[in-house]
Amino acid sequence: MKITRKNVEDVALLSRLEIPEEQIETMTGQLNAILEYVDVLNQLDTTGVEPTAHVLPLKNVMRADVVVPSLPRDAALANAPEQENGYFKVPKVTEG
Amino acid sequence: MDYEVVIGLEVHSELKTHSKIFCGCSTQFGSEQNTNVCPVCLGMPGVLPVVNEKVVEFAVRAGLALNCEILPFSKFDRKNYYYPDLPKNYQTSQYDLPIALNGYLDIEVGGETKRIGITRIHMEEDAGKLVHAGTISNADYTLVDYNRTGVPLIEIVSEPDLRSPEEAKAYLEKIKSILEYLDVSDCKMEEGSLRCDANISLRPRGTEPFGTKSEIKNLNSFRAVQKGLEYEVERQTDLLEEGGKVVQETRSWDDAAGVTVSLRSKEQAHDYRYLPEPDLVPIVVDPSWVEEIRSNLPELPDERKKRMMETHGLSSYDASVLTASRAQAEYFDALTAQGVDAKAAANWVMGEVAKHLNSNGLTIAQCPVSAENLAGMLTLVDKGTISHKIAKTVFEEMWTSGKAAEQIVREKGLVQISDSSAIIGIVDAVLAANPQSVADFQAGKERALGFLVGQIMKQTKGRANPEMVNTLLKERIGQM
Repeated sequence: MKITRKNVEDVALLSRLEIPEEQIETMTGQLNAILEYVDVLNQLDTTGVEPTAHVLPLKNVMRADVVVPSLPRDAALANAPEQENGYFKVPKVTEG
Repeated sequence: MDYEVVIGLEVHSELKTHSKIFCGCSTQFGSEQNTNVCPVCLGMPGVLPVVNEKVVEFAVRAGLALNCEILPFSKFDRKNYYYPDLPKNYQTSQYDLPIALNGYLDIEVGGETKRIGITRIHMEEDAGKLVHAGTISNADYTLVDYNRTGVPLIEIVSEPDLRSPEEAKAYLEKIKSILEYLDVSDCKMEEGSLRCDANISLRPRGTEPFGTKSEIKNLNSFRAVQKGLEYEVERQTDLLEEGGKVVQETRSWDDAAGVTVSLRSKEQAHDYRYLPEPDLVPIVVDPSWVEEIRSNLPELPDERKKRMMETHGLSSYDASVLTASRAQAEYFDALTAQGVDAKAAANWVMGEVAKHLNSNGLTIAQCPVSAENLAGMLTLVDKGTISHKIAKTVFEEMWTSGKAAEQIVREKGLVQISDSSAIIGIVDAVLAANPQSVADFQAGKERALGFLVGQIMKQTKGRANPEMVNTLLKERIGQM
């Protein structure tokens, strides 16, 4: 698959990244170079190989339904750039 | 043109666990903002989520009750989106290998049973709550409470098998009923523990391809589901009739205004870029565990309804209403277990009890009149100790005081007067005082008798046995 200028713009929007106009071309080229690099993997014959769901040979790691103490609210909010009345304060969002 | 409505529902139900899906924070509703949070549910770097085993059990239970296959191998995935209701910028959900697939449930609409397919059930975490200063459109900023973040959810996705807003409502009511019976969710729409989004489209009747759909959000009550979808059917019909096109979009139901409004977003196509969740290992469900859960499933609404019809000879309608909630069915069973006639028990539960609960905003589990007390009162009616009319007074008194019927009847002197010698004196007095009514009745005015009965009831404070009053009145007038 080939990355287009449009793909870069879309992903930038989804990731909330502002990419200067003059860098879009460069990025498109760089992303394509990365994809070409890993494209070598497509040469492998994976017929009959189960898709990997997880890299570790583990399953069913679970915990009992037991409540443990939460963080004190001050600690929870300690790194918030802004807070108000015990809430995290963020720029307004109108999209539902 | 005649259009056929096509609806599919996505139902989210919060599971009734003590702790969250991936951490030990409490799921308590209504706690102070941001007090049930920890590094895991706040999405701090380097933390490791671990699945709550109860969540898997509840999801399997729901899957079995909704006739699904339980996938032996299931995994979690990250659903990426930027919205501050989740601090991680992704929601941990299930994508291609959900816990359950291919189920169904039967609904009854207009006396007919219809099977609705269930595409899948998956487990995921709930998101936080956004509080907007002012209204959503004029707010300057948004406040976030992450208490709900990580509360376990199952999402139940139906096939596009529903053909009317009424069917959609019946389907949602049935899901609620089943989840309550299973004891896996509180299903309180008003607290958001049961939520519903609908996909709806129209197509010319008799044609196969689906029309363009809109997705309706914010359907926060059973009434809203029906009203919102009815509105949408009308809106889409008008658009198509005028030669326009339905745009694929998300719309929000505004309950106060009674309309759906577009929630058009800048992001034209939502691209969730799902990827396997590397912090959680797959779930491999042991078939013997699934069978153990299956054998421990409680009696479900359909079976209970059938049993009620067979054991008590109740109508399909009565049995449906009584079994809609497990607590109500149990209340009814407790009445009949004490020897109350089934029809009388059904009438009271669906009548006075339901009326009082509704007007006080209570559920039957909170009913101040215990089944035992109501049974005691109905026994008094059955024995003729109190009349039907007085029974309602006694019920009111039981509702407010919580006392047993016998005690109330004794304290208030409400015992029915069935002694003819006691009634006859009052009958004679009333007849003597109302010669005009007597003459009217003799002249053929049936209504005059009702007036005389009323006078006697007034004098006995409603305690006179009504049948006896009628008989004695006619007898005495006949002798005049």
